[in-house]
Formats: sequence, C-alpha cells, structure tokens
Amino acid sequence: MENTQVREAVMNIIADIALDEDVTQIKDDLALRDQLDLDSMDFLDIVMELKKRHKIEVPQEDYPKLATMESCVDYLGPKFH
Amino acid sequence: MQEKYDAIVIGAGLSGLAAGIRLAMFGKKVCILEKHSIPGGLNSFYQRKGIQFDVGLHALTNFARRGEKGLPLTKILKQLRISYDELDLKEQFFSQVAFPDLSLSFTNDLEFLVDEINKNFPEETESFLKLVEKVKTFDAFSLDQGFVSTREILPQYIKDPLLQEMILAPTLAYGSAWENDVDFSQFVILFRSIFLEGLSKPMGGIRKVLGLLEKRFNENGGILKYKSSVQQIIQNKGEVEAVILKNGNILKSNTIISSAGFPETMGMVQEDKAPKAMPDIGSFSFTESIAVLNKKPKDLGQKAATIFYSSLPKYKYENPKSYYGTETAILSFPNNFEEDPMEEGMARVTFLANYDLWKRLDRPSYKKKKEEVFESSLKLFESFCPKIKDHLILKDVFTPTTIEKFTNHKRGTIYGSPQKQKRGTTPIKGLILCGTDQGFLGIIGSLLSGISMANLHGFSTNQGASV
Repeated sequence: MENTQVREAVMNIIADIALDEDVTQIKDDLALRDQLDLDSMDFLDIVMELKKRHKIEVPQEDYPKLATMESCVDYLGPKFH
Repeated sequence: MQEKYDAIVIGAGLSGLAAGIRLAMFGKKVCILEKHSIPGGLNSFYQRKGIQFDVGLHALTNFARRGEKGLPLTKILKQLRISYDELDLKEQFFSQVAFPDLSLSFTNDLEFLVDEINKNFPEETESFLKLVEKVKTFDAFSLDQGFVSTREILPQYIKDPLLQEMILAPTLAYGSAWENDVDFSQFVILFRSIFLEGLSKPMGGIRKVLGLLEKRFNENGGILKYKSSVQQIIQNKGEVEAVILKNGNILKSNTIISSAGFPETMGMVQEDKAPKAMPDIGSFSFTESIAVLNKKPKDLGQKAATIFYSSLPKYKYENPKSYYGTETAILSFPNNFEEDPMEEGMARVTFLANYDLWKRLDRPSYKKKKEEVFESSLKLFESFCPKIKDHLILKDVFTPTTIEKFTNHKRGTIYGSPQKQKRGTTPIKGLILCGTDQGFLGIIGSLLSGISMANLHGFSTNQGASV
C-alpha cells in the first residue's frame, strides 16, 4: 500500500473519533496529541479501530509509534497488505 | 434454543446504553435487556395531555463549549462517536444557592461565582480559589479510593460555616448517596460539573439524548430487547453464566453488565448461592412535583434554571422524619435556558422523602399525601415565582413508591447505595456493575460509567482467543 493510502486510512480513523475537529490541518511531523484533543482513551480507540477495519494488531509496547502521523505511516505501512 | 452473547447489559438507561455502544462498536455481540418499552431508566420521559415530560433531567451538568478540550463531556462524545452539534446544548441563564439570609448565583463562567463570593464573603475569596485549584488537580477518577468525608476536608479551605454549607448544598442535592455528607471524590466531580463546567440543556431534552444513543447502538449491530425483565442471574462456581427472563427465555453470556443497582443486582443472583452479606440500600428517596403553566416562569419574575434551596443555615440532607422534608429543596425551571422550545411553562420541585412512611400508605391516604406535597411545592414556588398559582394548567407528583415501581431501585433511591463499587466488580466473576452504584453520577456520569466499565471489563478476556 502507498504511504498516501496508509495516511488516508489513519486519517479516516482519527476523523471518526475526533468528530468535532478539523483533521485536514494535521501536520505530519507534530504529535497528534498536541494538535487534537486526543487522550489515552482515544489512542486505544485508534488501536481498536485499526484491528476492526484493517485486522492490524498494535501491541501495547508499540503505542508510542502512533505519536505523529509520520510515525504512524512508517510503522503501519508494512502492516497494511 | 438458547441465545448466546459476548456480553449482556441489564437496563437501557444512560449507563447501559453507553456500555452497549462501546462493546458493539468493537465487534462484541451484545444484547441490552430493558424491562420497559422505552429506554432511559432513571432518566426517561412520558407524555400527558399532549405535554412532554422529562424524568430525571433537570439540567445537564458538565457543560463544555464547542472545541473546549479535555472535559468530561467532550471525552464522552468522542467515545460514543456523537458530535457536539448533535446534542444541541443551550446554556442556563444562571442558577442559585438560596439560603435564609443570602443567595449566591452562579453561571457557566466561574468568574461570576468568584465575584459573588467576593461580594458576600470577601475574606474567603482567596481560600475559595485555593479550593478550586484543589478540585481542578484532584484525581477524582481513581478507581481504588475509599470514602473520604467532604465535611472534614472543606473546613481546611473555607472557614465561614455558611459558605461551607452553600458550597456543599448543590453537590449533596445533585448526587450524594450519603446523609449530610458526600464522598470527596464525588464532591470533586460534582463541584467541577456544576460550578466549573456548568449547566445546559439539550434542545430535545432527554428524549434527544436517548434517541442518539439508541441509534448509535443499533448502527453498531447491538440488539436491544424491550419488555424484557430479568428474573434471575445464573452463576456457576462463582462465575456468571446466563440470565433467565420473566418469560422463561435464557440468554447466555460470561460477561453481564448490570445497571440495576448493586443490592438490586445481587438480589437477582440465584438465591441459594448468593453471598450472604447484601450491600447497603440508600436511606432516602425523593418526591417531585411538576407544575405546568400557561405562562413562562421568566415572565413571572424567575429566570434561574435551578435553585438549591435551604430554609436553615445548615443544609439538611437526610432521610426526613415525616413523609417529606421541606427544609431543603431543588427547584428547577426547564424553560430558563438560552433557547426554549417548550410552548408551556414548567416548574419542578424536589423534596427529600421517607420511603418507609410512603410505602405504608393505603390508596386514599397516598393520594391525599400527594396533594399535600403539591400544596407545599406551590407554597415554595410562590416565594420564588409569585402568582404561579394563577397560571397552573396541569400538575403531577411522583413519590418514593413511584420511583421504586418504575426504576426497580429498592426503596426508591435515586443516588443508589452508599457502597459504591468503583471498579464495577461484584463477588460473582463476570458480573459487573455500571451506573449509579458504580459511582459516577448524573447524566454525564452515567454515560462515563457505562463507557469505563465496558472498556475495563468488556475487552479484556477471550479477545480473538475463541476458535
């Protein structure tokens, strides 16, 4: 899968969780937490949505790899088939 | 054939629906069982003579402005995938704590209350601000914290006894299961939700909120069964296995989340195997009188959304020795929000009430006593909203026995058992509590309770392990 497609998949998940926020303004190299109103419960939801929609498992020790959009794409890219 | 579910939720109130949504959202096969033919539980609705009544919802606490970050309301909306605009919140004009010689008003802007305190208790302003700091930074959601008396903590900040009482009054009235005191964690939650965040009302009332939740649950594939009363909870060797409905149907699951209340839930567990020690039942209940008017209260001179009233300098919050206590009350004016879709005017008043006395009344004396409650309510209304009597078009009163009948809460308690189970666990494995007796209160609290118990207990076992 292309990086842009991975980015879009992650973006769709975040958009569905943070319904009231403008996700089109997300800067790829900044922490998602600092740009959007996301807390640890929401990151868990991102993990659960990845599993539900794309059958991708993210073990707890890898959660820090979801910190920025850039790191999400780097980390999740190989996991998307 | 027996139906089998990943999880069964007892009760389609706010907490049960929220728990159900979370579980269904992440692929659990979940069934909510509701005894009535409509959702809501303690926060429901009915219609009489073409007029819509909300039960329970006076106002929504925990107001958050659009885009305000990190507040309970916005957290809950995200967890349930409901957008802020869908709730369509309208802010209160103001509310009031009304004591014999002094009233303090508050709005959804803390500065307003600070000014009020500065005017009336100038020597306490600094200490009040320190209390606010304490409340803001306290970890109120720790699941392992036992009961801590607010009456012991409050004097460390506020010295004036009257101000102590005036701060305590709304937090007791809006959610304490204890007499004349409140657990400090609950105080913190209530203080934030009332004074720091504030009151608002969803435009469509409680119907709107319940409708949104039910829709979300259905969209995620959840099954909601009305007219489905649970007769018994079946356990085997201390682990929950199934429920038997009144109609004899058996539904199996190893995760049962009950919003029925702690003593009420344990009462449904097979008798011979249920643990001997039953949790405490709350010691007091309420009456509520509702007056429907052909004029809005604001046109009769009352613009407050809620008034926490006390006729005594010390706020009395205990089981009254008579049928109902008129020393303290909550007056509620559902029209007094920034937009008012209601055609009629409405005023409601809640008194503390003694369940045992009400339970003993025969039918004619019960009806007479209800009339008496309404007369007392009118008298109180008159002092806050003169000439209300001339505009009365419909009245209704509910009592501790009404509450018991419709909610199944033993002894008609609203705020449940004083024994809260913050982790939601019971002596039976897989049998989980949510709602009032888990310990988060009010509308936002109930939703948070359902969400957190589903998150804590609903996903931990058997995830992907079956095959």
